[in-house]
Amino acid sequence: MSEVLSLYVTGFLTYILPPVIVVSIVFFIGKWKAQGLAKQTSTAANAAGLHSRPPYHGAFLALVSFLPAVLVFLTWSIAEGPVIKGMVNNTLPASVTKLDQGKQDLITSVIGTIENGLNKLDQKELDLLKSASKGDQAAVPVEPETVRKLFESKNIILADNPEPYLLAAALKSRDLVQFSTYGKYIAFVLISIAAFLFAYSSIKLRLRARNGVETIIRWFLILASVIAIVTTFGIVFSVLFETINFFQIIPPSNFFFGTVWDPRFGWGATGGDGNFGQYGFLPLLWGTLYISIVALLVAVPIGLFSAIYMSEYAGPKLRSIAKPALEILAGIPTIVYGFFALVTVGPFFRDAGAVVGLEINASSVLTAGFVMGIMIIPFISSLSDDIINAVPQSLREGSLGLGSTKSETVTKVVLPAALPGLVGAVMLAASRAIGETMIVVLAAGIAAKLHMNPFDALTTITVKIVNQLTGDHEFGSPETLVAFALGLSLFVITLMLNVYALYIVRKYREQYD
Amino acid sequence: MVATHVVESKAPMLEQTNDLAEAETTNVEPAEKSTKITSEDVCVYYGEKQALFGIDLEIPENSVTSLIGPSGCGKSTYLRCINRMNDVIDICRVTGTIKIDGKDIYDPSLDVVELRARIGMVFQKPNPFPKSIYDNIAYGPRIHGLTSNKAELDELVENSLIKAGLWNEVKDRLSGPGTGLSGGQQQRLCIARAIATKPEVILMDEPCSALDPIATATIEELIDELRSNYTIVIVTHSMQQAARVSQRTAFFHLGKIIEEGETTQIFTNPQNEKTQDYITGRFG
Repeated sequence: MSEVLSLYVTGFLTYILPPVIVVSIVFFIGKWKAQGLAKQTSTAANAAGLHSRPPYHGAFLALVSFLPAVLVFLTWSIAEGPVIKGMVNNTLPASVTKLDQGKQDLITSVIGTIENGLNKLDQKELDLLKSASKGDQAAVPVEPETVRKLFESKNIILADNPEPYLLAAALKSRDLVQFSTYGKYIAFVLISIAAFLFAYSSIKLRLRARNGVETIIRWFLILASVIAIVTTFGIVFSVLFETINFFQIIPPSNFFFGTVWDPRFGWGATGGDGNFGQYGFLPLLWGTLYISIVALLVAVPIGLFSAIYMSEYAGPKLRSIAKPALEILAGIPTIVYGFFALVTVGPFFRDAGAVVGLEINASSVLTAGFVMGIMIIPFISSLSDDIINAVPQSLREGSLGLGSTKSETVTKVVLPAALPGLVGAVMLAASRAIGETMIVVLAAGIAAKLHMNPFDALTTITVKIVNQLTGDHEFGSPETLVAFALGLSLFVITLMLNVYALYIVRKYREQYD
Repeated sequence: MVATHVVESKAPMLEQTNDLAEAETTNVEPAEKSTKITSEDVCVYYGEKQALFGIDLEIPENSVTSLIGPSGCGKSTYLRCINRMNDVIDICRVTGTIKIDGKDIYDPSLDVVELRARIGMVFQKPNPFPKSIYDNIAYGPRIHGLTSNKAELDELVENSLIKAGLWNEVKDRLSGPGTGLSGGQQQRLCIARAIATKPEVILMDEPCSALDPIATATIEELIDELRSNYTIVIVTHSMQQAARVSQRTAFFHLGKIIEEGETTQIFTNPQNEKTQDYITGRFG
């Protein structure tokens, strides 16, 4: 306990406190300078005084001093890895660079292992390694065998005796990394000082520090949004490229229109005799939709009715307790739902089925759909509640004023008015259900089949993605790549559902605003 | 003419003298009407806060009674007591008695739903249901089972729209959405909807406050026509409107009725200083 605490304290003292102190000092320097300027001129001719209040000058000074340096530092950190790798690869002999990509990657990883090992060696051992890296040209030649033994004694296992060029590359890489690390810290300090001096000298009475801070903040916020958007596109494109790779091996017609999912035989087992296995997407799509429909059959009535009760009938006290209680369901991790399905619900359905003479698998569409339905209840109830509350009170009063009862008002006026929004809510919940993974991994089974029996196991797109990626397959093989094609299909389906649902919900909101 | 002259001198803010003169002439009601709604010592509380203090008011049958007063004086609250619309608000509590045709409407044995069917209500903002014009009007008759077949329902819808003066404007688009009408048309649609349930009383809560002057004039004419068949209680912020459409006026202030009587008398010869101050625009 005290060790963890001291870890936190040291971390805080090393990484958080010093920058905070430095930035604060710079801030106060700027603020004091501005205050000083204001005092000097309070009696002088310049009646306009400071353009911005002193804290803005402080903030301006701090931001201008450190932002460029931070940006350079970050860019450097991102760029140094690939640049160093390129420089190291240039030192490799032609016999290596002619090899195919996979073997080159292997060599790169061996260099990485040796490089990590260098940190564990003392000076004498390093010198030994240096002469070994010169190979035959060394003054005192070193047997490659000795090097491997040396590494083994430090718990670093190398498959073969390392070639001298590997050792040379590792040493060079280590030097470059050290150089680069020093370089970026020095650059950081120098740029900070230069920027600080520039900004400090630019603090004048009429400096528009307030507007400057405003501009910097705006760019900062833009940067944040750009990062979020670029990341999204990055994910989509990386999935897209892998999908294209997949479709170069497996024809799209096999994937989109195939009714059999059987990727196990073929490529991996036979070494590529032209039989790639069958990657029919339809059984998985069917399983996904079937389980989602069962989930919606459970969640829509319960969620909708509880939303109606909460918004139309419950008193404010009950509502303030019951609504958060219902939303706790949304906070339960899906793996816990999966557990619940696997350990409790599945066996319960199986036993209950046995009593009435039905054969129900412990892993079944019913189990997975039921538990998933419970999971999405809070989405439906919470969204529906908001939507029902958005129906203007005047409509309810209009209906009550004509002498209708509360339930007549709800069914004949409130729900029809809220219907488009409710449809949108259900579709958002449906896209949650379609993308849900943990529950179906644990409770739906892995049988990719096309059948209607809710008591039997089915599988979904997400389950197969998990299976294919955690399996023992080569990365470039269609068995693995199919996961990306599945992921992209899933993404497109849920995206379309979401876009359409949001369109409906928004259109409906505008109606009353 | 003398009366008009007095109004002018007493209420300089009432500029539409001609309108008022016309209103005066229609407002002459020689015969004494029987009382439709009787309130005795009505008090309303919102939680701890008391909104109405012992309201006593008699509202005559088949006439228009206007409730005037500054914002927050309790006139809408009183109006909503008459069809027990305040029941909808959880923290609201009503004491005292309100009788319609001599029957206490807060009697526990009384069915609120039935009561509201007998008392139509028109709200401040037009609130047509997001349904077709036809379905808006047919809503009340359908839930109360007022008609036995489609033909009767059609006739009732048509009659209600004719009474509300909207028939000629919408007869070709009955299946169009009620929300697609203009503000004034929407408000007349709401009046038609209220009429369709065949009420005895119509409560109007500032029915023209969201409308332009032309639509307001149409609604006011309509109110004048409706009073031969219905007892109308109207809350309004417009003194001219009260003077134009109502036969009796009650002036509310801080949850109490300050003065109540013939509209002509209230506007020409108010007995209470506060009433005079209010109708001449000195406060409120």
